Amino acid sequence: MTADRLTYPHRRFGLDHDWFVHESTFKRGPLVWPEAKRIALWITVPIEFFPLDAPALPVRPLGGLDRGYPDFWSYSNRDYGTRIGVYRIMRVLDGLGLRATATVNATVATRFPRVIDEIMRRNWEIAASGIDMGHVHHGKLELTAERELIQTTRDTLSKSSGKRVAGWHSPGHSESPNTLMLLAENGFEYVTDWANDDVPYMMKTAAGPLCAMPLTYEWSDRVLLVHHNLTVEDYEAQVLQAFERLHAEAGRLGSGRILSLSISPWILGYPHRIGMLERLLRKILATGSVWRATGMEIADTFKRQMPSTI
Amino acid sequence: MLTEPGRYDYLPLIDRPIIRWPNGARVAFWVAPNIEFYEIDPPDGQGRPLWPRPYPDVLNYSLRDYGNRAGVWRVMEALERFGIRASVSLNAAICDHIPEIIDECLRLKWELFSHGIYNTRLISGLSEDEVRQVIADSVETIKWHSGQDVAGWLAPAISATEAFFDLLPEFGIKYTIDMVPDDQPIPIKVRQGRLISIPYSSEINDIRVMGVRGYPADNWAAMMKASFDQLYREGADNGMVACMPLHPFVIGQPHRIAALHDVLKHVTSYDGVWFATAREIADWYYEHHYDEVVRFQASAKASGA
Repeated sequence: MTADRLTYPHRRFGLDHDWFVHESTFKRGPLVWPEAKRIALWITVPIEFFPLDAPALPVRPLGGLDRGYPDFWSYSNRDYGTRIGVYRIMRVLDGLGLRATATVNATVATRFPRVIDEIMRRNWEIAASGIDMGHVHHGKLELTAERELIQTTRDTLSKSSGKRVAGWHSPGHSESPNTLMLLAENGFEYVTDWANDDVPYMMKTAAGPLCAMPLTYEWSDRVLLVHHNLTVEDYEAQVLQAFERLHAEAGRLGSGRILSLSISPWILGYPHRIGMLERLLRKILATGSVWRATGMEIADTFKRQMPSTI
Repeated sequence: MLTEPGRYDYLPLIDRPIIRWPNGARVAFWVAPNIEFYEIDPPDGQGRPLWPRPYPDVLNYSLRDYGNRAGVWRVMEALERFGIRASVSLNAAICDHIPEIIDECLRLKWELFSHGIYNTRLISGLSEDEVRQVIADSVETIKWHSGQDVAGWLAPAISATEAFFDLLPEFGIKYTIDMVPDDQPIPIKVRQGRLISIPYSSEINDIRVMGVRGYPADNWAAMMKASFDQLYREGADNGMVACMPLHPFVIGQPHRIAALHDVLKHVTSYDGVWFATAREIADWYYEHHYDEVVRFQASAKASGA
């Protein structure tokens, strides 16, 4: 009964799976950003739809409605993001000359096409983020069903934006064993679900390679402000500490780092937080050490300089 | 089932033998990074789920993998800068999977002790012989890769059986940190041989303070410093142990690592601190205090105290 608890079929050099190899962040070749800037500032704006009837199992993403059906209260709080918050964030970013990568639920394109228009008008990047926050990818999802989710998402967003969509973020950072392969199979070039590095690295799948991009999780607004209930001052201080550390490491290593900032319209788009966001971005930009980049621009730069070790 | 562990006597702070550290130090300070490997697809049937999400739990696996790719190197850099050697609570499978981490631990002259094989292999529910297999495997693996004789033990993921303490001395293990009832080492009762408990901490553990409760790192640093300062004051009368438990995937994040430097700067600014490994604390205690404390407890019991 307990025998399999004492056998270790994947105990070997390297990792216990084949999606990528182990590499120390600090022993990799140097990354050089344009104009030798130390930090690539990668702003992602998740544009999300949280359905009222989303299933709670097997995975509820952070931010998923949790007060019992029908949770109008939480639904409308998230909905604030696509009505108000996202436009407030656009004004701030416009004012600072910043573009973002919008990680978009496909449902947003059909329900709120105005958001897509405003994103495209600003020449932001659109990355796909599944159907919506009620369609989470997970290990119990059938291969064909997941393939359809990914293709529908890709087709909806590329039609709506008029552009090819090359980046992917799974709702709630949640994948099945097939997700990476299906993303490569369907033309995606980078994925942002794995929170294990500060810089990009290459993944391999049966359908070809993928670039793993380091979307922040630990100092994201939804972890610090929603999950841990911290204040905006605490959020700001921690992001600045991350920036200072990565900035110093970039100098010491002679290798560019990434400050990944996830700005959720239903969190930072509120009037009591947006002022902090603008102040924070001004402080970061004032260092003069920042390359303002989208996800695809960073991934392309990485791939040119550090071809896959796989 | 047991009502109490039955592994140590009641020994009140106000009535116990005096512990003296080398050179009259008030506090023995030790650092315990937990260097862990969590399997992406561990076996089921261990009494509790190992991951909150179905296989593959990409988010939670990768958050821990961050410690081995990035965080641990920041922790090493900080401790080396302040000249402090750590005692690693080590999942032995790290030796097989990521030996470059072991190589660096050895360069830094860190102690390695056993934290089982994987953090996703609990000992709960295993038979005595199965627990013996786990202990033996971990001790032999660490010895083979590092040359070190393992002296300490923390069961993976704080799992337990009623009797595992009894088995540790069979493999040369001198100390356990599986219980946290005291700020000084204490004798642990075992069937055969000797075992002591070295103070560790659940309260100021980085994973609890920052990971679970979500406090900013500056708050954790303030807690660490307050704890150290209090033990330092009390250590003027009776030598204390201050432990700093760490998880590289928690403290090794770029938005937190400055707080570790802050704590290390603080504790290294004091005289009268013994910066030791857990093995050194255990050896000193066995040599100078173990017998005295056992005698004291026996006579306290005999006098009906």
